[in-house]
Amino acid sequence: MSEQQTITVEVDGKKLEASPGQMLIEVTDAAGITVPRFCYHKKLSVAANCRMCLVEVENAPKPLPACATPVADGMKAWTCSPLARQAQKGTMEFLLINHPLDCPICDQGGECELQDVAMGFGEGISRFAEAKRVVASHNIGPLIATDMTRCIHCTRCVRFGDEVAGIRELGATGRGEHMKIGVYVERSVSSELSGNVIDLCPVGALTSKPFRYRARAWELTQYDSVAAHDGVGSNIHVHVRNHQVMRTVPKDNEAVNETWISDRDRFSYLGLYTEDRLLKPMLRQDGQLQEVEWQQALLESAELLKTVDAARLGALVSPGSTLEEMHLLQKLLRELGSNNIDHRLRQADFRGDAADPAAPWLGQSFADLENNEAVLLVGSWLRKDQPLLNHRVRKSVLAGGQVMVINPVDYDFNYGLSNKLIGAPADMVAHLAGVAAALGADTAGVDASAGAEHQAIAEALKAAAKGLVLLGSMAQVHPDFSLLRLLANNIAQAANVDLGFVGEGANSTGAKLAGAVPHSGGGLSVAGMLKQGLDACILLNVEPEFDVANPVAMAGLLNGAKVVALTTHLSPWLLEYADLVLPVAATLETSGTFVNLQGDLQSFNGTARPVGEARPAWKVLRVLGNLADLEDFDYESSQDVRDEALQSIGEIKLDNSLADTSAVAASLISTELQRIGGVPPYSVDMLVRRSSALQHTPDGWKASLHVSADTASQLGLMDGGSAVLRQGEGEITLPLVVDGRVPPACVWMPSGVPGSELLGEGFAAVSLEKA
Amino acid sequence: MKTVIHYIRSLFLLELFKGMSVTGRYLFKKKFTLNYPEQKAPVSPRFRGLHAQRRYSNGEERCIACKLCEAVCPANAITIEAEPREDGSRRTTRYDIDLFKCIFCGFCEESCPVDAIVETRLYEYHFEDTDKKTGAYIMTKEKLLAMGDKYEAQLAEDLAAQAKYR
Repeated sequence: MSEQQTITVEVDGKKLEASPGQMLIEVTDAAGITVPRFCYHKKLSVAANCRMCLVEVENAPKPLPACATPVADGMKAWTCSPLARQAQKGTMEFLLINHPLDCPICDQGGECELQDVAMGFGEGISRFAEAKRVVASHNIGPLIATDMTRCIHCTRCVRFGDEVAGIRELGATGRGEHMKIGVYVERSVSSELSGNVIDLCPVGALTSKPFRYRARAWELTQYDSVAAHDGVGSNIHVHVRNHQVMRTVPKDNEAVNETWISDRDRFSYLGLYTEDRLLKPMLRQDGQLQEVEWQQALLESAELLKTVDAARLGALVSPGSTLEEMHLLQKLLRELGSNNIDHRLRQADFRGDAADPAAPWLGQSFADLENNEAVLLVGSWLRKDQPLLNHRVRKSVLAGGQVMVINPVDYDFNYGLSNKLIGAPADMVAHLAGVAAALGADTAGVDASAGAEHQAIAEALKAAAKGLVLLGSMAQVHPDFSLLRLLANNIAQAANVDLGFVGEGANSTGAKLAGAVPHSGGGLSVAGMLKQGLDACILLNVEPEFDVANPVAMAGLLNGAKVVALTTHLSPWLLEYADLVLPVAATLETSGTFVNLQGDLQSFNGTARPVGEARPAWKVLRVLGNLADLEDFDYESSQDVRDEALQSIGEIKLDNSLADTSAVAASLISTELQRIGGVPPYSVDMLVRRSSALQHTPDGWKASLHVSADTASQLGLMDGGSAVLRQGEGEITLPLVVDGRVPPACVWMPSGVPGSELLGEGFAAVSLEKA
Repeated sequence: MKTVIHYIRSLFLLELFKGMSVTGRYLFKKKFTLNYPEQKAPVSPRFRGLHAQRRYSNGEERCIACKLCEAVCPANAITIEAEPREDGSRRTTRYDIDLFKCIFCGFCEESCPVDAIVETRLYEYHFEDTDKKTGAYIMTKEKLLAMGDKYEAQLAEDLAAQAKYR
């Protein structure tokens, strides 16, 4: 059937156009005709088990469920005829038999689909006088609260786990009266998209645990915003009460996040109101940070900026900052005569700066990810790093596509991988070069031999009509990133597939466009600044102990420089090293713009009121520009800043092509014991690290050292025993975990987690022994 | 003729005596006046005086933080904050009634699903503008529960009397 073909159905006497194969409920939804439903959801398969959407259809002897009745030409249906109404009322009465009348203590009260539908289709009094059913609830983790007595068995959560999250964690056991929804195995739900079942549940059986009992739906004001913790830029609704963020829920945007958001975007708001949130500007006086007025703090900062030698001034900006903040900061620096600005804080290898693509992006639109026939992930735990992109990739796998990985850790995915090459970080280069060799592409000087697996990956990529080589965050923090990138580029060209990057933060594409990089003016990169040292350093939303590739070198830099930190939270290192701390509004509190990985420019307004005396960072930077007597720092709104930034960017041209394809030598060599760094999914930025609920999930990093069973036995270490990890001058003692995902001769000890600040860069030779 | 009758009536002060007879009758009748505060007027079980929060007989507070009273209050006099208590039950951490704002309409009482917030028969209290500094005009959760504990017997009786009309 062609898609253009339309048929006509008549619903409630109205003629409606539909396409063949559509279900009746889709047609009525599109026409704005209300049909009550519980189990039907537009993004899930049809179950037709709640029977709430019964409607009368001509020539059908009994009412039919609108969600499972395909339309036919000339079909006539009535959604509120006496027969339909009687069926709906009957269903409602049965549903309410076992549903407890505890709306006053139920968090869903006020936004409950059952409440709403009962108002429309329920009777005022119940005829049911017998005992109601009670079902035990299980603890399924720190994110979702369960009250299974309220469950009406719509099975949306079960279908979500099966069809979207890709792991069957919730399921129905028993039949009829004895049917129960629960976890098969008594443990936490571990999906990175698990929070979506809270929105899916039409009743109060699954609700948000951190939000539990804290507010009512009618007290909340809803604002639109954009999530700030991955490159997707999910559209969200922020619910605010008394100028405080109470929760975030997804907003539909088919092109970006469909109707889902990741748990990280949903629960990161918990980091906003922590004890170390900075409330007032602080100035170092007599060796101590002391609270001062804004006026004094700004004047002192401006004085510092005016007097410092511009060549010895630098700025580090978090890749999660808005386009406006980045534009203003680079403008401030450049007008002061310095080009030392960078947002690639976790990158270790800057040898490829000259080859940097003009605007690195995903290489495809999000929707195109679903159509790939072969995807090669290089150094990426896409499932946890970019959950919604992984969801799209998963759809391509369900449609018959292949996904292959080259990773330093055997990360778990929620789909089958057709090929995986897991090896020590140094082996990633060799594996990628092997694939390049198998394709007959330039191996960039790496001595490579193509094994059977390399050959298989090469063939899958070559055979794919549409494919992608994706460099993930593990590749971008790799000490040989420029080499990996060059090899990936050669592979993509030889196999005629797309090349893509998934960067850090919400705005890594925007950062490059806004000019928050040193090389458009020949300044110093992060590594350059760390090596050369600075006299004055501006930090924007950077937590120096966790956000930078090499925290040991960072401590050296901060020690020797005057530090002006624009930050939301006062971390221990800022308390120790910063000379001026200016409290700025966090994401959700400020207006701004993010450019996501497919180049969508998404602006948003502030939602909650900044805590204490915090001010939006763009305002702080604007005033600093004024006080430092710089030109053109007269903006009245973030809109003005955005307009200027967009004017200087011109048309957004996303481009992943490398400007220079000359080879560099591999710098990482295999050693006896190698550290695997990278950043765990719930340690990516200041807010996420402070979200207590996320830290308590299975994906929150538990302070530990992960090694393979072989390595542990070679070193005489026991699972659960403590071990000392030594890297250079630094050392740390942590419990040892034997982890089958880690390759031999490696220790998985990520960056960005407590303890990592003692160790230095993420990939290096280390030693491990019993404590 | 009319003039003559009028002349005689006014000569004998007939209207005056008529009026005085009413006064005289009331002089010897039983008095309505109450000697407040020694004597007090009877109060209806529906009387809407100062607020109180009730407990169950086992000492557990009734209020479950459903916030219906806060939502229904036409004067926005009620402020509630809630979170899970240690045992996981839904409880208020703050329940304030601003007596300057309250108009004693009784909607809170009517909306309450567990008969927790009630209005007592108490009408003898006062607070002043200067109390704004001390917050004496705010009925906090502690004050409300103390009121409830003090008047529980009366409150239960009043609610029982009203039950058939609600």
